[in-house]
Amino acid sequence: MNLLNISGSPHVHSDESTKKIMWRVNLALVPALLVAIAYFGVNALLVSLISVVSCVLFQWLMEKFILKQPTTIWDGSAIVTGLLLAFNVPATAQMLWIVVIGALVAIGIGKMSFGGLGKNPFNPALVGRVFLLISFPVQMTTWPKVGAWFPTHLMTDANSGATPLGIIKEAVKNGQNISDVMASADMPSLMQIFLGHMGGSMGEISALAILIGAIYLLCRKVISWHIPVAFIGTAFIFSGILWLVNPEKFMDPTMTILTGGIMLGACFMATDMVTSPMAKSGQLIFGFGCGLLTVVIRNWGAYPEGVSFAILIMNSVTPLLNRWCKPKRFAC
Amino acid sequence: MTHDILIAVLVLGALGVLFAVVLYIVAQKFKVVEDPLIDEVAEVLPGANCGGCGKAGCRAFAEACVSQGNMEGLRCAPGGDAVAAKVAELLGCAVVQGEPQVAVVRCNPANCGDQRRSNYDGLRSCAFQNTVYTGEGGCPFGCLGCGDCVAACQFDAIHMDPERGVPVVDADKCTACGACAKACPRRIIELRNKGKKDRRVYVSCVNKEKGAVAMKSCANACIGCGKCAKVCPMEAITIADNVSYIDYTKCIACRKCVTECPTKAIKDVGFPTPAVKPAPKPEAVEVPAQPVAEPVKA
Amino acid sequence: MKTFRMGGVHPEENKISNDAAIEVMPVGKQMVVLMNQHLGAPATPVVQKGDKVKVGQLIGEAQAFMCANVHSPVSGTVLKVDTCKDAFGLSKPAVYINVEGDEWLETIDRTPDIKRECTLEPKEIVAKLKEMGIVGLGGATFPAHIKYSIPEGKKAEYLIVNAAECEPYLTSDYRVMMEHAEEVCIGISILRKALGVPNAYIGIESNKPLAIAHMQEVARGFEGIVVEPLKVKYPQGAEKQLINAVTGRRVPSGKLPIDVGCVVSNLGTTFAVYEAVQKNKPLIENILTVTGKELPSQHNYIVRIGTTYNEIIKHSIGELPATTGKVISGGTMMGKAVVNLDAPTVKGNASVLVIGEKEARRAPETNCIRCGKCMHACPMGLEPYLFSALVKNGRTEEAKEHNILDCIECGCCFFSCPANKPLTDEIRLGKNRVRAMMAAKK
Repeated sequence: MNLLNISGSPHVHSDESTKKIMWRVNLALVPALLVAIAYFGVNALLVSLISVVSCVLFQWLMEKFILKQPTTIWDGSAIVTGLLLAFNVPATAQMLWIVVIGALVAIGIGKMSFGGLGKNPFNPALVGRVFLLISFPVQMTTWPKVGAWFPTHLMTDANSGATPLGIIKEAVKNGQNISDVMASADMPSLMQIFLGHMGGSMGEISALAILIGAIYLLCRKVISWHIPVAFIGTAFIFSGILWLVNPEKFMDPTMTILTGGIMLGACFMATDMVTSPMAKSGQLIFGFGCGLLTVVIRNWGAYPEGVSFAILIMNSVTPLLNRWCKPKRFAC
Repeated sequence: MTHDILIAVLVLGALGVLFAVVLYIVAQKFKVVEDPLIDEVAEVLPGANCGGCGKAGCRAFAEACVSQGNMEGLRCAPGGDAVAAKVAELLGCAVVQGEPQVAVVRCNPANCGDQRRSNYDGLRSCAFQNTVYTGEGGCPFGCLGCGDCVAACQFDAIHMDPERGVPVVDADKCTACGACAKACPRRIIELRNKGKKDRRVYVSCVNKEKGAVAMKSCANACIGCGKCAKVCPMEAITIADNVSYIDYTKCIACRKCVTECPTKAIKDVGFPTPAVKPAPKPEAVEVPAQPVAEPVKA
Repeated sequence: MKTFRMGGVHPEENKISNDAAIEVMPVGKQMVVLMNQHLGAPATPVVQKGDKVKVGQLIGEAQAFMCANVHSPVSGTVLKVDTCKDAFGLSKPAVYINVEGDEWLETIDRTPDIKRECTLEPKEIVAKLKEMGIVGLGGATFPAHIKYSIPEGKKAEYLIVNAAECEPYLTSDYRVMMEHAEEVCIGISILRKALGVPNAYIGIESNKPLAIAHMQEVARGFEGIVVEPLKVKYPQGAEKQLINAVTGRRVPSGKLPIDVGCVVSNLGTTFAVYEAVQKNKPLIENILTVTGKELPSQHNYIVRIGTTYNEIIKHSIGELPATTGKVISGGTMMGKAVVNLDAPTVKGNASVLVIGEKEARRAPETNCIRCGKCMHACPMGLEPYLFSALVKNGRTEEAKEHNILDCIECGCCFFSCPANKPLTDEIRLGKNRVRAMMAAKK
């Protein structure tokens, strides 16, 4: 007979594991990926593939040769980072090599430099994305036209579109009235925006696809409703107030939450377990802060979009939120 | 333009002066008068904060030395006699000399590696495992092998033998601070005199069970038979609670007990040749003229 | 349906031995009776080598305050008074008895008749429990006579009988309910009398519908006994959680159930109380489940205390399957892994549970991903991940400030941790350190 195993209780474990959680997130990202491929064609697929492969590769190299510890590429977390990074860049041919740099920064600086999965204070994919946004501002804001399945040249995409947020930012800069811009022909309709028929980073365009993934994650209890609801709700209410005060200068709240990265950010990046608070109350504050900062940056910041910055700023507050927001103790 | 620069310089300068004044006042008001000797003593200490002296750290040790005014009962084991001499010079008191010591692991498990009797699968902590059961070898007094002592060592002087699952002390690095001895939940590790030429003899077992039970727990256990005590020329060996103990201040490292022990529980360290049973003639046994001296105060 | 307020998990129930009726295990040739089968100091042996003893005769006397009497489970000759290694390999004082025949003390009523009337006064009942060596059979083996003596100035309002059996695999309480419901109810009535409590509740998890129906049926014949079906959630049977589930009251940190007017008794204990008070029978038997997915058959037994694990295994299933990875005394969530199968069983052993090798091995620990699952699973509203970090870094003082001592060690945190961190182990270590620190300060 074998030796008896001895340990303290309990002697059973639920079938939860980090690996399962990460693969569930990957699965939840598939609808958004499919939409991106449907709208942006081969480039979307290639950018995602390169991003994922380089993230996994960099993690493997760093664990094997720099940290000299067992490699953990099969836990799926590098793939999540890779997918999210790809989702946050435009699906253009130039991105095919730029995204590799993003992957290096995301995995190397965003994650492994802190000791790997679970120890990073900031969402690695967003670290990569913000690095790219600052380093390659032109390439990162050159949006492909929706429906351009096969670019004529692989290396140059002349057919650049624009995001609704970009159009509005430009309009406000030129002193135009927002309600006029909204009525213009460049602007996609609300339904188009919901389905994803607009310019933008490849993963963020379709609110529908993101919601499908988010509902799956909610059902599998990978995420809880607190952060997405607080995030989107705050953004909606805050931008709604601004819109009521001055509809000439501010965008209406429905458009606010459906355009740009709010949906993707609220459902997939702000809910990243590692970098968000653990207690429900902390999650609500976290989501509130994200929503508020996003609207502030969008309306008064230099960039047309502020989701990444908002989440990164709130990431830095997470340790404090974990300290302040304690679960309610039994009989207290 | 010049105007702007002037204003900036003036504002910053004024701020600097203001802060300097505030800092000065606060520093004066909350000044802590401290004997500068403490800093000097702390300077010569090793600074490892190992806690071997029983104080919270090196600075606490320095404070204790200065407030006491001499080194009576205070000893920095890692620093040894050299540091003791320096501190004594600073304090202007007598040097307290001590015999150099080293940590020894008093367990030599027979049921280790492939011979172990169960497989521990919980938290890698001896302190915790000790509350769960006897340990993989099956001896309720033996080493648990999770390395609490290794984690406690500040000097990288104790390591796990991966095959046998017991810690091994690197005598060259060990400073006898005693951190490992405190960390061990089974009190297996003891500080003993290093001995002449680094030669030591000790009982490598602390099993207090009765002989037959102890034998079942581990083939290398001390069964408290008392043969070693009978053969010892210096009366250095005593038996208590079914375990034999060699008083290192009396032991002359003649190794008679090592050959006599039926369970090989007594270990000899640092000898060039293995111990052999002496010839039957008692006078053939060489007894060194002088026993190792007790710690002397110079 | 009622349940406790926060946290909790739902491990696989695995009540595979539910339908196995209680069998009587034959007595072996030699019995080893340990002297500390209860929480507290060991009993003092009052027999010597060569003494003849009968079944039920006192062999270990409680001399300390926190102690319980130990009685001979067999008749025969005392072989020696020595030490014996217990299930965890530690030497404990024990009395060895060579079995000769099966001669019981005359005072013990061995007839199958059910005796309903109890004429004893409350004080006499408690004295009887002490005499008969009754201890709590829910796992803690707390001496019953201390538990049922209400301290001055406190008043018990509820007696709550724990029949939740929320631990996976265990079915002994279920079988007792199905086969001895009336005795259990009489036992509850006796305890109510001893405590002066008007109401008693029997909390049963709803995964045992037959037991609920049967107990309701029988309890109708007794005044003031209410069967309370509870939602299936672990740790329903933990004292504070059960009180919360049944009465809605919450025992504050560092307080006892009696501080909120509750006394909790395990179901098995009430049966033992019946036998002790009405039948004069000391606690010399365990009702014990032999179960495991790997085993060819499932059993529930009445076993004399002092029978070794090996004897039980041999009689019930012959030998352990080759794929055995762990043998557990108790359930999978809070039971203890047994290392020495030659050890005798003691009071309160509820099972011999065999777990296969694959299930028994813990998966390797990985980094904490700060998912907070441990925190949400904790029925006490604590932060296990934080304790893990504090214990690892030796920050005992802070662990105490974060109420590590409130932990009931139910294991929900480890169970739900996706990173397989041994959180419960770490917290236990932390609690020991905090207690040591507090003792050193005194």
